[in-house]
Parts: sequence; structure tokens; C-alpha cells
Amino acid sequence: MKAATELAACAAIPLRFPAWPIGGLAGTSFKHEHLVAIRAEHKGRGFFEVHAENYMGAGGPPHRALEALRRDHPLSLHGVCMSIGGERPLDKAHLARLRHLVDRYEPALVSEHLAWSTHGTAYFNDLLPLPYTEATLLRVCDHIDQVQEAIGRPMLLENPSTYVGFRTSTMSETDFIHAVARRSGCGLLLDVNNVFVSAANHGFSALDYLADFPLADVGEIHLAGHAEQSDDEGDLLLIDSHDGPVADAVWKLFEIVISRRGPVPTLVEWDSNIPDWPVLKAEAAAAQAILDRCDSVAEGRHAAA
Amino acid sequence: MLPPEPLPGSSYASAFAAALIDPGRETPAVVAGPNGKAVVKRYNVYRNNVTSSLIDALAAIYPAVQRITGVEFFRAMARFHIRATPPTSPLLFEYGRDFPAFIEQYEYAGAMPWLADTARVERAWLDAYHAADAEPLSAQTLRSFPPERLANLVFVVHPATRIVRSRFSVVTIFAANRGEAPVDRIDVSAPEDALITRPDLDVVVRHLPRGGAVFLTDLIAGRPFGEAAASALDASPDFDIASGIAGMIEAGAFTTATLENQDGR
Repeated sequence: MKAATELAACAAIPLRFPAWPIGGLAGTSFKHEHLVAIRAEHKGRGFFEVHAENYMGAGGPPHRALEALRRDHPLSLHGVCMSIGGERPLDKAHLARLRHLVDRYEPALVSEHLAWSTHGTAYFNDLLPLPYTEATLLRVCDHIDQVQEAIGRPMLLENPSTYVGFRTSTMSETDFIHAVARRSGCGLLLDVNNVFVSAANHGFSALDYLADFPLADVGEIHLAGHAEQSDDEGDLLLIDSHDGPVADAVWKLFEIVISRRGPVPTLVEWDSNIPDWPVLKAEAAAAQAILDRCDSVAEGRHAAA
Repeated sequence: MLPPEPLPGSSYASAFAAALIDPGRETPAVVAGPNGKAVVKRYNVYRNNVTSSLIDALAAIYPAVQRITGVEFFRAMARFHIRATPPTSPLLFEYGRDFPAFIEQYEYAGAMPWLADTARVERAWLDAYHAADAEPLSAQTLRSFPPERLANLVFVVHPATRIVRSRFSVVTIFAANRGEAPVDRIDVSAPEDALITRPDLDVVVRHLPRGGAVFLTDLIAGRPFGEAAASALDASPDFDIASGIAGMIEAGAFTTATLENQDGR
């Protein structure tokens, strides 16, 4: 098992594609409809993230677009269906496909979810929750070992957004994630919107959650928009919808995280009702401003010392 | 109504998954809301995510079918299909291979007997879109073979190439409904065979001349040119060999050609 600190070292290794590291940079989801606008601009500082599964076809326009993007920008590969939190063994063919993508595109970051999406023969195309127990902890760590073995590097594990809990859970989500990071050596992808959504849905404090979260292991942050529904009692139920701008409260939590953790690569996700490129770019710019402010505060402190 | 799945213990995933695409099942007993809150609407968020995202996936694969049926009809039909045949691969662009056959059997689509073949062309379109990249066989390469040996040529099919044969005007229906432009009345009764290729970035759907599908299917199966031309002529005496060759080159249906040995190996 690899030490979590190796992750930071790994992100700093110069890439053969673009040579700059992505520490402290803001980025966005990559959507094909934005490619022309992105390429028409002067090469920005940012990075882009794609869902790995969308590029697991043999060839054609998706790979051509990703190659074009990759020539000018660092890339983050975000898997959405490895089913790390599932009960069944990981799909060997899927592991091989992920390894192939990592080899081909040399991403700066590789991440997956603390969730499951496959059971039996069915693939459900959603990030489904799991109970937090000693047994699921062992299995999740084993699955992460297999992923890290397959891709030959540490991965980042993302905290989930959930709408239900399990009667069988014996530990908190933050304790579970803490233990996963310690045992498997994986890094963490802290999705601040997920924290906000889950806190509202389960009635806990997002600040308490963040205080318990192993921030030192965080190698990437996600920000996204959410939607509002109501639960059986008519109370607010937040949906992790990725279909709009980042909420003000989530920006506030992000600033708090960055002030404690320092600048880490931060990604704005936007996966449906996708806006024109300038709108998404402005969200990334807002994240970049917070990251830069934190950087200059740190430098100021350094200069004063 | 079926009883909820048995409680916790070993398999949280079986308990959780059983009701996801089965509206006849109650909320799994294994899940809980905070502070004793109910979980029906909470669990339904997952049910809705699963079903609506899979319907969206089918709508993305079959836009012409959806345009023809209308959104409401399509989503109802897709919902039935998802419940009967959920995806087995995490790669959603592989999903929906059984959808054309499902449409064929779908009672409410009975008045549109050409709908299933339209779906077959759309499924082939997506396969071509994601197929491996390969340089198509050029006219120049083909001309480099001595004309008297043409009958002995065998071809390697391009990874994107697909053929869909239909009793209906499926290429016309497909072409008219993949865009936004208003659709004129279509005579659906003329049989049309489709050739789907992707010589470079763009997928192209062509209407094959009569005999063309037999000709290409034989070539794809590795039969030599002479045999393929003979079976095409057999099927359609008006099949034009010269335009058959021109068409397959222009479409980029093959990648390489080699001379079969004289002894037939």
C-alpha cells in the first residue's frame, strides 16, 4: 500500500503532454459542445475533467476531441461506474479499459466514487449508497487496491451525496473515509457540494463534517450546483443535480476548506442543462479567484515571517 | 404488491437494487431516514435517477425514433424496455441493442411497422461513431491490382461498416427525422437497404442500390469479388457492378484488399 503523501508528489511530476502541474488550478467538466470555443481562446491556465466511461469506445469523434483538448490542457479522469462500493468483484474488463485510458491520455488526476452502480448483471447508471461497516470498509479498500494496481498510481476517492442512510451502518461517513484513505493509501476528492447536499438531507452540520474530514489527503475538490425537492415530511431534500451554478453556501464552504487546506485543484462540474462556455468558464474563474487569494495570503504570511 | 426485500445481513446491494426498476416493490427495509424520517420519497430519488437517466440514454441513441413517436410515447416505451432489459454494461453507448426488437413487439407501435428498422439504423449509426479508426481503402489502391484479377480480390471490412436491410423506406425515414427540419409525407413502402460507414469523423448513412446489400454482405463475409458480384446479380439482375465498386470506395466500407490465391485459399 502506498502512502497518501505520494499522491502530491505524483501530481507534481511533469507530464509528457502539457508540462505544467495543476496544483492550485481551477478547471471544469469538458463538454464536446465547448471544444470549438475552448480551442479558439488563448490557452488558459485551467484543466479539464472527463467521465472516463465516455471515452471507452474504440475510436471516433470522442477520442479525436479529447486528443485535441489534451494537447493544450492537463486532464483529470473521473470514473463514474467502477462500483467500488459494490458487493461484487470489480469488472476486470472495466479495470483494463481504465488502465488503457490512463496510459493513453496521461491524466494528472484519476478519481472514482465511494458508491456502487452495478449489481448482479444490471448496471443502474446512478451512484448508489452503501452502509459504513467493517465489512464494507474491507471490501472498498480491496477494490481501491485493485484500481491502484491496475493504473499503477494512487487514485482519489470522492465522498458521496446521499438521500438515505442504512440501518446497518456502524460508523460515520468521515470515519469510514478516513479509514479508507489510511488503509488503501488513496487520496481523496472532496466534493463540497456533496457535503452540503448530504448535510441538508441528513440533518448534520457541513462544518462539523469538514472538521472531521481528513483534509490533508484531499487531492482535488469538486463544486457543482444542486436542485431542491422535498422529503416525505415536506422538508427540504437537496438533489445532487449538476445542472446549474454553484450555490452561494457551497462557495462559502469552499473558501473555508481552501483556507485550511491550501490551494488544491478545483473542478466545477456541470453535467446537464449545460450552459454556453463563457458561463462555465466564469464559474471556474470564480473558483480560481478564491484559490489565488488563498495563495497570496499564504505568501503574505510567508513574507511577514 | 410484492413484499419488501428481506432485511440487512449480507447483501445491502441486493436489497437496495431489487426495487430500483421495479415499481411493484416497496422501499427496501435496509434503508433509513435521519431521526426516524420516512424514506419513500428519499429512495424514490434513486429510482427516478436510474429510470430517467436510462430513458435519456435511449433517447440519445434513438433521436429519430423519439422524434417520430413524440417524447411522451418514446419515454413510456423506453420505460417498459428498461424494466425488461436493464443495461448490463457500464458503457451506455453499448446499451439498447435489444431495443429495436422490443419496438417490433411493442403493442402501441404496431401502426408503425417501420419504426424498428429505423431504430436499427440509429443503433448502427452509434456503433459506427464509436468504432475503431482506420484508413479506408482508396480507389488508387484498388486500381493497383490487375483488372483481370479483380474477381479474386478479397476485402477487409472497415470497423465502422454496418448494413441494415429493410422492407421499408428506412434510409429516407432516418434522414428526415435525425434533424430539426420539418418532415414531408414519406412513402414508407419502398424497401431500402442502408450502408452505414465512417471513413473519417463523420458517420454517413447511404441508400444502397438494389443488389448492393447482397454484394457487400458477401464481401464482408470474405467471399471474393467475383462471387459477391455473381450473388448480387442473382438477387437483382439490374445490379451495376461498376457503380457497386464506386459506391463501396466512396463510402469507405473496407480497409484493405488482397488477392486470393488461385487455388481459392
